[in-house]
Amino acid sequence: MAQKAGKKEKIPRQGMPEQKPEVRRRNFKEVPLGYTRELAMKEAERCLQCKKPSCMEDCPVSVDIPGFIKFIKEGDFSGAIHKIWEKNALPAVCGRVCPQEMQCEGNCILGKKGEPVAIGNLERFVADYERENGKGDIPEKVERTGKRVAVVGSGPSGLTVAGDLVLKGHDVTIFEAFHKPGGVLVYGIPEFRLPKDIVYSEVKTLEKLGVKLECNNVVGRSVSVDELFEQGYDAVYIGVGAGLPSFLNIPGENSIGVYSANEYLTRANLMKAYLFPEYDTPIARGKNVVVLGAGNVAMDSARTAMRLGADKVRIVYRRSRQEMPARSAEIHHAEEEGIEFYLLTAPTRFISDDAGRVISMECLKMELGEPDDSGRRRPIPIEGSEFELECDMAVIAVGAGANPLLTQSTEDIELSKWGYIIADPDTGKTTKKAVWAGGDIVSGQATVILAMGAGRKVSDSIDNYLKWGW
Amino acid sequence: MFEIVKRQEMADGTVVMNEISAPQIAKKAKPGQFVILKANETGERIPLTMADTDPEKGIITIIYQIVGKSTALFKSLKTGDCFQDVIGPLGKPTHLEKLGTVVCVGGGTGVAVMHPITRGLKELGNNVFAVIGARNKDLLILEDKMKAASNELYVCTDDGSYGHHGFVTDVLKDILEKEDVKLVVGIGPVPMMKFVCKVTAEYNVKTFVSLNAIMVDGTGMCGCCRVTVGGKTRFACVDGPEFEGHEVDFDELMQRLQAYKEEEAIAYEQFKNAGGL
Ligand SMILES: Cc1cc2nc3c(=O)[nH]c(=O)nc-3n(C[C@H](O)[C@H](O)[C@H](O)COP(=O)(O)OP(=O)(O)OC[C@H]3O[C@@H](n4cnc5c(N)ncnc54)[C@H](O)[C@@H]3O)c2cc1C
Ligand SMILES: Cc1cc2nc3c(=O)[nH]c(=O)nc-3n(C[C@H](O)[C@H](O)[C@H](O)COP(=O)(O)OP(=O)(O)OC[C@H]3O[C@@H](n4cnc5c(N)ncnc54)[C@H](O)[C@@H]3O)c2cc1C
Ligand code: SF4
Ligand code: FES
Repeated sequence: MAQKAGKKEKIPRQGMPEQKPEVRRRNFKEVPLGYTRELAMKEAERCLQCKKPSCMEDCPVSVDIPGFIKFIKEGDFSGAIHKIWEKNALPAVCGRVCPQEMQCEGNCILGKKGEPVAIGNLERFVADYERENGKGDIPEKVERTGKRVAVVGSGPSGLTVAGDLVLKGHDVTIFEAFHKPGGVLVYGIPEFRLPKDIVYSEVKTLEKLGVKLECNNVVGRSVSVDELFEQGYDAVYIGVGAGLPSFLNIPGENSIGVYSANEYLTRANLMKAYLFPEYDTPIARGKNVVVLGAGNVAMDSARTAMRLGADKVRIVYRRSRQEMPARSAEIHHAEEEGIEFYLLTAPTRFISDDAGRVISMECLKMELGEPDDSGRRRPIPIEGSEFELECDMAVIAVGAGANPLLTQSTEDIELSKWGYIIADPDTGKTTKKAVWAGGDIVSGQATVILAMGAGRKVSDSIDNYLKWGW
Repeated sequence: MFEIVKRQEMADGTVVMNEISAPQIAKKAKPGQFVILKANETGERIPLTMADTDPEKGIITIIYQIVGKSTALFKSLKTGDCFQDVIGPLGKPTHLEKLGTVVCVGGGTGVAVMHPITRGLKELGNNVFAVIGARNKDLLILEDKMKAASNELYVCTDDGSYGHHGFVTDVLKDILEKEDVKLVVGIGPVPMMKFVCKVTAEYNVKTFVSLNAIMVDGTGMCGCCRVTVGGKTRFACVDGPEFEGHEVDFDELMQRLQAYKEEEAIAYEQFKNAGGL
């Protein structure tokens, strides 16, 4: 037994082939190229098939990880994808963007001594394999219940709720404010990390299952939640995300060339401004760019700026490397692409020229003090350490808040003091009858898989309600 | 898809009116609100105020000046053609109430935006003076409609080819001298709104303006449309587009409207060269 395990560990973790940094830093094609069948099977071989798989402990949707890996090992990729689908409807997305190092891979027993099984890569492989080679199987339609559900927002949580409920026989309509579905997966996360065709293909599958999609519908403006009930919907799910951009509230922030990450990434991704003038939406092509913040959003902004032709891109972050919240793969990729890190540095002011265009940013050096509420060491400004960083463009990626557009127009939904919707943690029920909420609008900006996990709980609760009442 | 059911060129072809079938929006829209339109797959999201709505027929009216690639592309759409996307109604409606004597000042295509507001104010029983202006007689729009929507209409042209020779602010000043004006609404090019506010500040008359900041989503998620009002950053698309004019930092707005000057010129040139006009 021990010998067998020992032998298995000898296969090293199979890296995923990637575009070379010098090449990819100037194009928008996906960075990792995906496993071949052989690589995937070899990687799957490494899994010990633990009786008590620790990898599953922190998976928000409890994917049967050793279960699907076993199928890959045997070369049964269709079996593998069906195993994942039992718990996760968007594996092609999750395999690419989940923070695996903090969830499954972070807990994998092999990681104690060496390298964990590349669970994310394997998930991505089977999802892609199915999309490219599968028969496009969709589950058989169940008997219709005649109940109607309105899902507001087409991000990962809304898509999950829609998919689950349509499979349970309810009529589902998604209302999306933008002209395209997908939420952050489409307007936020760049093409080079998550090709948009993958998201659209997931949405198409939902449509094939019978989900109706109404884009260009800003709930709260185009139609109110109460009007949805008047139109005959029996239940409403609110999954509108945390789409309010945070600014730094420092002088000069309205200078031309200072973007919120939301604006910068929406222009680049949703509006395809990187293809300007073939696409009509313009975007600044900064040569000397600073990005404030160090999460996934900051990495995405910095790497986008590099691809749009910057000579120099600097991530400016007020804490140290240890506290950077981005996925480790993103930090690694950003560094490989030549993005520089200015740590322990906080901006205090933007300076612009006579035309109002940003030309530099004034900063202060910081040092780390005692841990704060978040458990991270608090950055403290060092007096007299002011200095200027030249820049012709800046992207502010320091977080996002709750957009009040919908909640303002729906009075009986209780909100936290930050404007997030208060929902029951087990069911997602809000204080308004027949209205549920989940994803970032409840948790604050979190992750794709947490939004999906919330959606999963909600769909069970909505299904119960439609059968038994509130 | 949103079909153009009627189309008309105005002001020598520099301005176009489209009536668009959009029943859900028509039912909800109130004066002062806008829509965002996208012509096709590669198009930009362009904000335009609704100059009129017909909830019964399910129609909204937009009137826009051709200033660049996207508005030129819109102009190329014929009756029966469709906009791929129309989103709205967006923005806060104008707060209409009975105050007494009010003045509505509209310049250029701002007159189109002003029309439903003027009508709304009159319907509430206000004594409405309307002042509209254009560079010359040929560029003047909606004179008849504004006449019907107001109690008294004054027309100005910069070159004196029609009506009062001079700026709308001259006429506004006269009215402020003579009448007990409770409110002024000014909508038009940014410099015009700035000067309207300068004049009304002297008379201490409350003034609303409508800010045409550059927008992307129009729902408060990007911050592209930020303007400084009363020293604070506000989003024109959700906190406005109307704001208390005396508080607005017009110079910042004028600068921010120039953000994509170079790109806009490239796009427009390319469109013209490709025979788009
Ligand atoms: C740039 C960026 C990178 C990220 N990278 C990662 C990553 O690598 N890994 C990860 O796990 N997470 C990542 N995240 C976080 C993750 O994307 C979110 O946590 C997740 O998308 C939340 O899902 P959601 O369904 O709650 O909302 P969203 O994805 O935000 O979707 C909400 C949808 O609702 C729509 N909407 C909003 N208001 C209305 C309204 N009034 N009416 C109708 N529709 C409305 C929006 O247009 C949007 O389409 C990233 C986020 C960003 C911004
Ligand atoms: C709330 C609102 C209501 C408006 N209502 C009307 C209206 O009723 N009639 C009308 O003629 N115009 C209106 N405008 C202005 C109109 O949106 C712009 O003229 C149009 O976007 C120009 O696009 P373009 O590609 O033709 O010109 P471009 O060459 O791109 O730009 C010309 C000028 O228009 C401005 N502009 C460019 N892109 C945008 C954008 N995405 N959003 C806003 N402004 C932009 C820029 O400041 C630029 O200087 C409104 C603007 C706003 C914000
Ligand atoms: S913990 Fe690691 S080795 Fe064990 S089942 Fe999970 S992936 Fe396989
Ligand atoms: S246009 Fe994006 S916030 Fe106003």
